Amino acid sequence: MSLNGLADCRTYEGTKIPSFVPYADNGGSVIAIAGDDFALLASDTRLSSGFSIYTREQRKLFRLSDTTVLGCSGCWCDTLTLARILEARMQMYLHEHQKPMSTPAVAQMLSTMLYYKRFFPYYVSNVLAGLDEEGKGCVYCYDPVGHCQKVAFNAKGSAGALLQPLLDNQIGYENMDNVTSEPIHIEKAMALLKDAFISAAERDIYTGDSIFINIITKDGIQEEKFTLRRD
Amino acid sequence: MSIMSYNGGAIVAMKGKNCVAIAADKRFGIQAQTLALDFQKIFEMGPHLFIGLPGLATDTQTVHQRLKFRLNLYELKENRHINPKTFAAMVSNLLYERRFGPYFIEPIIAGLDPKTFEPYVCNMDLIGCPNEPEDFVVGGTCTEQLYGMCETLWEPDLEPDDLFETISQALISAVDRDAISGWGAVVHIIEKDKITTKSLKTRMD
Repeated sequence: MSLNGLADCRTYEGTKIPSFVPYADNGGSVIAIAGDDFALLASDTRLSSGFSIYTREQRKLFRLSDTTVLGCSGCWCDTLTLARILEARMQMYLHEHQKPMSTPAVAQMLSTMLYYKRFFPYYVSNVLAGLDEEGKGCVYCYDPVGHCQKVAFNAKGSAGALLQPLLDNQIGYENMDNVTSEPIHIEKAMALLKDAFISAAERDIYTGDSIFINIITKDGIQEEKFTLRRD
Repeated sequence: MSIMSYNGGAIVAMKGKNCVAIAADKRFGIQAQTLALDFQKIFEMGPHLFIGLPGLATDTQTVHQRLKFRLNLYELKENRHINPKTFAAMVSNLLYERRFGPYFIEPIIAGLDPKTFEPYVCNMDLIGCPNEPEDFVVGGTCTEQLYGMCETLWEPDLEPDDLFETISQALISAVDRDAISGWGAVVHIIEKDKITTKSLKTRMD
């Protein structure tokens, strides 16, 4: 209780405990789809904090090599640090082995790097997409502490919960009778990707503005931009 | 863990062309432990009127009983079937009476107007704030998943058969990504002179 009647910022014991929160949630969503001879990775370009938007054009995809791309969402400062160290580690691999890292090798290294910070994690949801040594599309998804899983498709980030069941339905053909599961072709994957992001942007305030799509094939990585709603 | 996700469950309702659909899962559990696979969350309140009550299971049943009581009084007094909009007001009123000690349910109402057969869907928060959109409403523990599904699958003026397919796929795909919803589902398609109720088999894990 203060004597002059003004609110007192001290606690009952009279000590003020300073608080520091090392994490921020900057939103953003990522989708990855693996095909027979290609992989798609897309992310939105909104970077936000709470109700405010930092920028409408922040790429969240990192081209790690000619066959590997990393998509990140979560705490942007951790994303930048992680991507920087990952690139450095890939350089070290290149110099030591005289060849670029394959996508499965990057996938394993990323898992190790995340788990190395098990008790002060990078607050990042990662999705790694690319081509493996045989040229097949592959997608690896992670939790913040390095659990790694190879999947056919995945959605991560602030709209992950909105997007993932749609992919289960439209690519995985879950719960459908009289449908033979066929390998997805690039046109359908692209169309689905755009539809999924349009829908997510309707309901998730941390997803919107536009998306960047990376199309990874044996001929290299192409990039495409697609506009979403900006409100 | 929030009391709203103590028992789990998911409900969705959609408008179609001269029809509405409402669907729910059938699970009843306490946190992660599943106890029943035939729990009723959608109740028929009139010839073209259904209400879904996702949330705390005990309140689902209590609110259903109290609504039935009020509805019976209304129908005796007025000697006619209730309009879905009026019914929504009745639900809203009942919930707001408990403004500072609410029932932990988020009702979803689906029906056709008794005179014009105009489709109507509505959802509310636990203290009765109504929302009457033109497309679909969702509720329960996997609303995010349901919003993602409905937002892509739904389109205006679906015929009853297409509406059934749309709402079923939306619900099943959504509950499969929620650990405390699923274990079977039920769908009601409400048309002018027909109500179709179908049970869906879903994965049981």
